[in-house]
Amino acid sequence: MTFDVDRIRQDFPILGREVRPGVKLIYLDSTATSQKPEPVIAAMNDFYRRSNANIHRGVHTLAEESTAKYEQARVKIAKFINAASAHEVIYTRNTTESINLVAYTWGRANLQSGDLVILTEMEHHSNLVPWHILLAERGIRLEFIPVTPDGLLDLDAYRTLLLKNPKLVSFTHMSNVLGTITPAADIIRMAHQAGAVTLLDAAQSVPHLKVDVQALDVDFLAFSAHKMCGPTGIGGLYGKAKLLEAMPPFLGGGDMIKEVHLRSFRPNSLPHKFEAGTPAIAESVGFGAAVDYLSAIGMEQISGHEHEIIEYALERLEEVPGLHLFGPSADKKGGVASFTFDGVHPHDVAQILDRDGIAVRAGHHCAQPLHEKFGIPATTRASFYLYSTKGEVDALIEGIYKVKKVFG
Amino acid sequence: MDDLYREVIIEHYKNPAYRGHLDPHDYSFADSNPLCGDHIQIDLRVDENNKVSDARFEGHGCAISQASADLLIESVIGKSIDDVKKLSKQDILDLLGIDLGPVRLKCALLSLKVLKAGVYGLGEASDELVE
Repeated sequence: MTFDVDRIRQDFPILGREVRPGVKLIYLDSTATSQKPEPVIAAMNDFYRRSNANIHRGVHTLAEESTAKYEQARVKIAKFINAASAHEVIYTRNTTESINLVAYTWGRANLQSGDLVILTEMEHHSNLVPWHILLAERGIRLEFIPVTPDGLLDLDAYRTLLLKNPKLVSFTHMSNVLGTITPAADIIRMAHQAGAVTLLDAAQSVPHLKVDVQALDVDFLAFSAHKMCGPTGIGGLYGKAKLLEAMPPFLGGGDMIKEVHLRSFRPNSLPHKFEAGTPAIAESVGFGAAVDYLSAIGMEQISGHEHEIIEYALERLEEVPGLHLFGPSADKKGGVASFTFDGVHPHDVAQILDRDGIAVRAGHHCAQPLHEKFGIPATTRASFYLYSTKGEVDALIEGIYKVKKVFG
Repeated sequence: MDDLYREVIIEHYKNPAYRGHLDPHDYSFADSNPLCGDHIQIDLRVDENNKVSDARFEGHGCAISQASADLLIESVIGKSIDDVKKLSKQDILDLLGIDLGPVRLKCALLSLKVLKAGVYGLGEASDELVE
């Protein structure tokens, strides 16, 4: 099947909308959240119209149907990341909650005062703050793999950090600012050799690349549905069964228990042990539909298309005088272009681009330490996905020249 | 939209008249907008009648935040501290001569929050100061 971006765009109703009369939407903010294709919207719509009921324990038809759909989606997601078993996939609200789940359960059971956790300087706040909280609570130590000036991880420095007996190495698979794709398999192998457990923040990689948890041999993997054509409000945590089974539960309540007495409970088996309370059921159905949608197109096809777009975007952006790009060259990154523009604050760039319907993000993108490292308060970020086109890149460039004109 | 970047704002952003520090000063305060990292510091000197005799601002941020700081500093020189305390959101909008959505309003009001937190001797520049 050849990759036909015009055909794919037909699947996304929002891409046909005008931001205001006569101004078409040019959506370059997929790193923040992706748009949703018709099959995902229809699956959730259909769930509410036909099947909606609470899951588990119900014996009526709708309850059984809902439960089946909820669990079928889990199987699809597990297959999508090549988990050995669907029981290794826990539904969470999003990547942030997935990482917090590991910090609060595995972290509290396994990290003591003085224990070392290795992170990197390019982490999103969601892979920093949960560890800051454990630092305050029990005095764990944090070390960071440095970021080189061209936006890569300094693996020599990492080797040195590994000599300090780390308990956990938790890092991003793709930077949401620089677009850098990290050498995850190598980092994980080295961590294991040093006796550490590994957690991969895959919020930006699972939507865009073929991610295989068994090939990576990663211990935990965190991701969100909404960045991969699925709905907001649901995400995933993959964990190796052996680790998940040994972990204490996360939130307490219904569904996560085997039995409850007045003064005690016994936790449920995997994956339910970590899913307290009524979950996001319709969203799980949407998540499953998103995985089906991406799988039908093919992750290699999607990565290939995005690579073509980012290569073209970097080439065009480099031509603009006064524009400074951050991050590595196109061969080492995904579809993310963050930049500064001399004399114009990123907020002003974003605001003026919005006049032409161009949606980009401006700020520190929840990666303030990374911006501090590069000595800048904020960047403008354009990001791409399977529905992005070279024409949209051209519109972005034209828009940037208009910014230049406004600021003289 | 075009209004947002009218000439007076671009002019004050690119060529601010009151950028800098005052040393010594009678009041000094700094704060940031955590959403976008805009940062403003304001130094004030007052005379024996408790009137602002000189003022400067330093900082970085978008055109709206920096231009509104420059316009605000220009407007407070010669005012009594009591009058400075009375300044409101509307005064900033009048200075800028534009209407702003909720996100950009935060950019515009940062300098007033910093100024009022300084003259009231408060620890932080809270939103209530400019309501």
